[in-house]
Amino acid sequence: MKALVSVKRVVDYNVRIQVKPDGSGVVTDGVKMSMNPFDEIAMEEAVRLKEKGKVTEIVAVTIGGAKCEETLRTALAFGADRAVHVKEEGDIQPLTAASALAAVFKKEDAKLFLLGKQAIDDDANQTGQMVAALLDLGQATFASKVDIDDNKITVTREVDAGLETLELDLPAIVTTDLRLNEPRYLKLPDIMKAKKKPLEAISFEALGVKPAAGLKTLKTTAPAKRSKGVMVKTVDELVTALKGKGLL
Amino acid sequence: MTVERDVMEYDVLVVGAGPAGLAAACRLKQKAAEAGKEIGVCVVEKGSEIGAHILSGAVFEPRALNELFPNWKELGAPLNTPVTRDDVYLFRSATSAIKLPNAFVPKTMHNEGNYIISLGNLCRWLGQQAEALGVEIYPGFAAQEILIDESNIVRGVQIGDMGVDHNGQPKEGFYTPGIELRAKYTLFAEGCRGHLGKRLLARYDLAKDADPQHYAIGLKEIWEIDPAKHQPGLVVHGAGWPLDDANPGGSFLYHAENNQVLVGLIVDLSYTNPYLSPFDEFQRFKQHPVAKQYLDGGKRISYGARAICKGGFNSLPKMVFPGGALIGCDLGTMNFSKIKGNHTAMKSGMLAADAAADALLKGSEGGDELNAYVEMFKSSWLYDELYRSRNFGPAIHKYGAFFGGAFNYLDQNWFNGKSPLTLHDRIPDYTTLKLAADSKKIEYPKADNKISFDKLSSVFISSTNHEEDQPVHLKLTDPGIPINKNLPMYSEPAQRYCPAGVYEVIGDTEKKFQINAQNCVHCKTCDIKDPAQNINWVAPEGSGGPNYGSM
Repeated sequence: MKALVSVKRVVDYNVRIQVKPDGSGVVTDGVKMSMNPFDEIAMEEAVRLKEKGKVTEIVAVTIGGAKCEETLRTALAFGADRAVHVKEEGDIQPLTAASALAAVFKKEDAKLFLLGKQAIDDDANQTGQMVAALLDLGQATFASKVDIDDNKITVTREVDAGLETLELDLPAIVTTDLRLNEPRYLKLPDIMKAKKKPLEAISFEALGVKPAAGLKTLKTTAPAKRSKGVMVKTVDELVTALKGKGLL
Repeated sequence: MTVERDVMEYDVLVVGAGPAGLAAACRLKQKAAEAGKEIGVCVVEKGSEIGAHILSGAVFEPRALNELFPNWKELGAPLNTPVTRDDVYLFRSATSAIKLPNAFVPKTMHNEGNYIISLGNLCRWLGQQAEALGVEIYPGFAAQEILIDESNIVRGVQIGDMGVDHNGQPKEGFYTPGIELRAKYTLFAEGCRGHLGKRLLARYDLAKDADPQHYAIGLKEIWEIDPAKHQPGLVVHGAGWPLDDANPGGSFLYHAENNQVLVGLIVDLSYTNPYLSPFDEFQRFKQHPVAKQYLDGGKRISYGARAICKGGFNSLPKMVFPGGALIGCDLGTMNFSKIKGNHTAMKSGMLAADAAADALLKGSEGGDELNAYVEMFKSSWLYDELYRSRNFGPAIHKYGAFFGGAFNYLDQNWFNGKSPLTLHDRIPDYTTLKLAADSKKIEYPKADNKISFDKLSSVFISSTNHEEDQPVHLKLTDPGIPINKNLPMYSEPAQRYCPAGVYEVIGDTEKKFQINAQNCVHCKTCDIKDPAQNINWVAPEGSGGPNYGSM
């Protein structure tokens, strides 16, 4: 069974985000970029399923400019067998991304699509859902446990009230949550081998995808600075202060 | 516990992807290509990516880069801001400063033809060139041990194990033993006070004929300033306030591209007052009108710190040992009279690469001492440059900023650095602290959160991170010394010289020495300045440490 995993190149989670002075976006020049951590979890899960013999081939896919090849190499070092690079420069809208990923899924004739539940750059949390709709396939989002048996997949989801367990027919779309697994350390020899694994580049045009222009970013601003706290000595003082602010 | 380790073999292994290491790697591949042969080159880097641990001023002299890539402009090297003006100030107090007339500035401090750059970005570019030439670069992997065989020959390094918990026990499902990287020649390019370089110096007694190495800590911030005040290419250097002759150092403020100002303070680690805090001196410096005029209304976007080697010529150890060599600041090639070490680091790497490539192309199996590197060094401009500057640092230590500065003006501008006199400074930096009882306590002003900031908010913008559950990488040889000796004698100076708040003395009645290793920005100051030489910096799990952007 073939599994497709999408991986996105984002600003590293350790980096403190800076908004560009003109408010047109965030600074990415000279900033460390990494694989979206939720996608790492999806990659790890695919590798574990392969180690269990449930998956036979893992294909990693990304969309973006030339530098995104690094992210695919990371996926290959994790254990993907090959990679597909939908090579497009510039801003890519969520629906366009979902259409391209759906097209790759069809083209690959994969049975399982694992995606991070969201990317930590735009936090959109919609790509997996849109891919499922476009392909008219079942979806299980926010997975914290995944089991495959024959042609069915059982997914435990984290929902507000607790855990919900779903059973889906394959092919299916699964988005991964934080507690599904903890990704392993990459090994140096695997990183070396990844340089030689097959990586295919493909365009929107070849996939029959027309870029959508549904969203326009008007402005990016940094969150307002938190104002300094006040130390109070007694409960009375606290109550007075809260009342003063109209909070009690 | 015996562990099965994978082994990878190369012709040359380079430890550290800074200017020296990357220049060496590029040069090796160029030499191989010229000869139509293969030389396998691997570079390991403890930072999460190339540039993540790189911090420098930096005013960059392109001499070595011109030699390595004469077409660097075409190749898009990030040298975008030529120096347009040099201002040198003698700071007299918190409010006054004298601008030195150009004619009285030692000529090594003139910067015509140089560029204001981000060394991090230059290293990223060098990394791309190296990879295009066929070098394998592995960031995120820290060299932890030197592989030395029974014949006392360096055969490579062992990468640190990953997935080890704070007690040193393997973590279930995560333990990943570090592999062995073996090579015919290993070039150590870890930068100032490399933790393996330090062991090599001891093991092969490389420094026995040299003066002790001298160090400084450089603290730096990147600011985005009001475009109306921005003068790209302006270089401002200063001596004096907030430091003095007993605690010397200097300041810099460079106008780089994109409305950025790079501001910093360099504090010599030969300082004597244990109450001195380099971080707070830096915060104080920014309040001086000469600096504040540019920073006011601007926004601080990054912070970092790194120790530098400033001993220069007199402190150079033996450069080679069986199976490898020291290059760059791991060797100590900074030219203190120019306050520059990037071009000299690159050149030393290129010379070592030339020697290693010549030997390999002649069929050498490695393991020998690269004496050709030493010979080539002696006949290079690098030697000449370092020789001429040999008195610069010692003069300032001996005679102070004013008379030492005057000596340097004469030595550099009148004698061209070739006067028969050689000054020595044989007092190691860790021995210079006076007792707390004999020192004046320093009350630093509180951060105003506009120009000056506290340590923790500063470390925050260095994007420093370490895996939390791992052994502490700052090892105390004797855990009792901080509280039993350093505290009563020197009021435990680690609390103040560490620019990242790693060391704290906590507890009201029962004092405890706490090490917040996750904060460490890998500057190595503690390893250098601890008066008991009791702190041993070793590499934490690979990828840990700061994530500097354009530092």
